[in-house]
Amino acid sequence: MAELPDTRERLTPDTFLRGLWEENPVFVMLLGMCPVLAVTSTTVNALAMGLATTFVLVCSSLLVSLLRNWIPKQVRIASYIVIIATFVTIVDYAIQAISLELYAALGAFIQLIVANCVILGRAEAYASKQKLMTTLVNSLGMGAGFTLALLSLGTVREILGNGTILGISIFPADFQPWIVMILPPGGFFVLGAWLLLFNWLRLRKERKAAEPTGVIADAR
Amino acid sequence: MNLEAQIQTQQPRTPAWAMLRTLGSIAMISGLLVALVYQFTLPIIAENQRVLTEKAVFRVVPGAVAKRDFVITADGELAPAEEGAEGALVYGAYDADGGLIGIAITGSALGYAGPVNVMFAYDPECDCITGSKVLNSNETPGFGDKLDFDPDFLENFQALDARLNATGDALANAIVTVKHGTKTRPWEIDGISGATISSKAMGHAANNAAQRAVPVIERDLAALTRQN
Repeated sequence: MAELPDTRERLTPDTFLRGLWEENPVFVMLLGMCPVLAVTSTTVNALAMGLATTFVLVCSSLLVSLLRNWIPKQVRIASYIVIIATFVTIVDYAIQAISLELYAALGAFIQLIVANCVILGRAEAYASKQKLMTTLVNSLGMGAGFTLALLSLGTVREILGNGTILGISIFPADFQPWIVMILPPGGFFVLGAWLLLFNWLRLRKERKAAEPTGVIADAR
Repeated sequence: MNLEAQIQTQQPRTPAWAMLRTLGSIAMISGLLVALVYQFTLPIIAENQRVLTEKAVFRVVPGAVAKRDFVITADGELAPAEEGAEGALVYGAYDADGGLIGIAITGSALGYAGPVNVMFAYDPECDCITGSKVLNSNETPGFGDKLDFDPDFLENFQALDARLNATGDALANAIVTVKHGTKTRPWEIDGISGATISSKAMGHAANNAAQRAVPVIERDLAALTRQN
């Protein structure tokens, strides 16, 4: 096979941190929106979904990275899908063994991790080109970023939509929960609000960086 | 040499056997992994299922500390269920002395968003349904959960009439859900305004469960009270 230009990345703290902030799969890349909107109605569901996705992401990325010189290019997508599907099935059984109530709450979205583009995207764009260690760190970072994003939606939606956090009531008894927040539209509202915040932070940072030093910032 | 030929020489075609080898081995490893995990988790999942059912039975029949599973046989009798039996079971609930204090039956009906599966407690002494718990449903949050938590609605299931007719093969009066505030007879369920379809499903589920199980229970009550 023809020698590819060396695109291998050196292992730095950024390999991990990129997934959390700069390339956050949800807030920056807007990948994997289906579980993000569908199963974040409570904190517990969001956490379970995030951890399940992280497990599949890390395991499949590791295996893809391990086999990267051995999988012919023509059958790589098929191989990745089989690898991902294997780990999704394992997670499916594991969640049933941990709690059937949680399994019922997550519904079909556990099996749908197979179609999560964060995972296939990592396998194709990163793990198939990088060494084992960098892949492990990078996919852990991406998984943590995905879990954090799900948690930030899940917590807000549970507090507003149910008046509880992790099932514990935090409002006085006469609080009328905003039921819309745990319904599908609530997912879009909360995601929109978080995206607004993230984009505002990013723009502010860019504006600050663009300002020449020594000049007094205008009083906006 | 044109461009196409250049690419051809630069990237020799992967032989078919290499692809087959890759896909074959990956599929085999996957199968092995999945089978291992399945074998390992199977008993744990079965145990979870048992605990979940037991919790539901103890909730609909307060005071119960033990349960026994029964199946309805083809000739309409109750037989002790084998370990891991599937399908619609009848659960006898017992107190510490082994006395029968209630029977849990299950029924399902189509709700607003798919089937609603419910467990009911049946009391053979008053011939009535004395409790309910939704086992699973996809009803809209904030509406569907009223079926389990709305105190006014739950009052319907404190003594819901489920008497048999003279021949003993069906209920004397089918259990129905009526419009909110129009309940007049003991076999009617007062619906929830705003969750009409869900509360109707609850009535259908209660009727299905009772029509199927109560005739058998009344005919074969001895099987439930018999000590092992």
